[in-house]
Amino acid sequence: MANTIDHPVKKVMIICAKASIEDVYAALVMANGAVMEGIEAKVFFTFFGLDAITKKQMKKLHTGTVGNPGMRMPGGLPFPTILGMLPGVEAGVSAMMKSQMEKLDIPPVDEFLELITAGGGEIYACKLAVEMFKLKKEDFSEHVKDIITIGQFYELAAGEGTQIIFT
Amino acid sequence: MAEKIYAGKSVSVTDDGYLTDASQWTKEIAAEIAKEEGIDITDKHYAVIDFIREKTLKGEALTIRSIGKSGVVDTKGFYDLFPGAPLKKASRIAGIAKPSSCV
Repeated sequence: MANTIDHPVKKVMIICAKASIEDVYAALVMANGAVMEGIEAKVFFTFFGLDAITKKQMKKLHTGTVGNPGMRMPGGLPFPTILGMLPGVEAGVSAMMKSQMEKLDIPPVDEFLELITAGGGEIYACKLAVEMFKLKKEDFSEHVKDIITIGQFYELAAGEGTQIIFT
Repeated sequence: MAEKIYAGKSVSVTDDGYLTDASQWTKEIAAEIAKEEGIDITDKHYAVIDFIREKTLKGEALTIRSIGKSGVVDTKGFYDLFPGAPLKKASRIAGIAKPSSCV
């Protein structure tokens, strides 16, 4: 464990570019985990990842049931892709994932953002993607600190012991 | 595993400094471990630690979220009381095992 003493991670910059439950939660769990360890954490949401911090969308995240080879039926049988195309299946699967997470005390997205920011973590939206999707500052959760450019993102990353993570 | 003297009592601790036997814990030991963590212990700290011990001894999993919802302290207050790594520091001061939760 000598390495953890010589070169500790001091700051993580996490980028989330997708809106699926698994992509968003990977970013949030990593950010919250960093804050819990006393590591500075900043999360940058871009492209479809913006859904996770948009008030209108953040409670409606889904996991894809089509083209997802990791999908299985309860019990472990393969999940036929054609099933995933049926109306309501994606919503049902997503609701099931959310209830499983709740059982592990993993909070819903808005509460997760609150946990991260309460611990000193910061949430940012990508300016380019915000303009592309024609969103405004008021469309975002109160936990979003700012809308920033990629240049500003790299400025925030400055310092020894920073890791940039693209989920 | 090692023996350490806190508040005049010898207790066994892990390599990371967590008590191995929660029943050896006393308030005086908590105050000395807190000092090692750079914390001057107050009644507010004790309130959180009591909650943590109670929950842990009941065998319930400990998460930052559950502490934030405890009514004893909110999440921000928890980070303020145990700056840096609150769940680890508070667990160590509370004399329980190193937290194994990811949230």
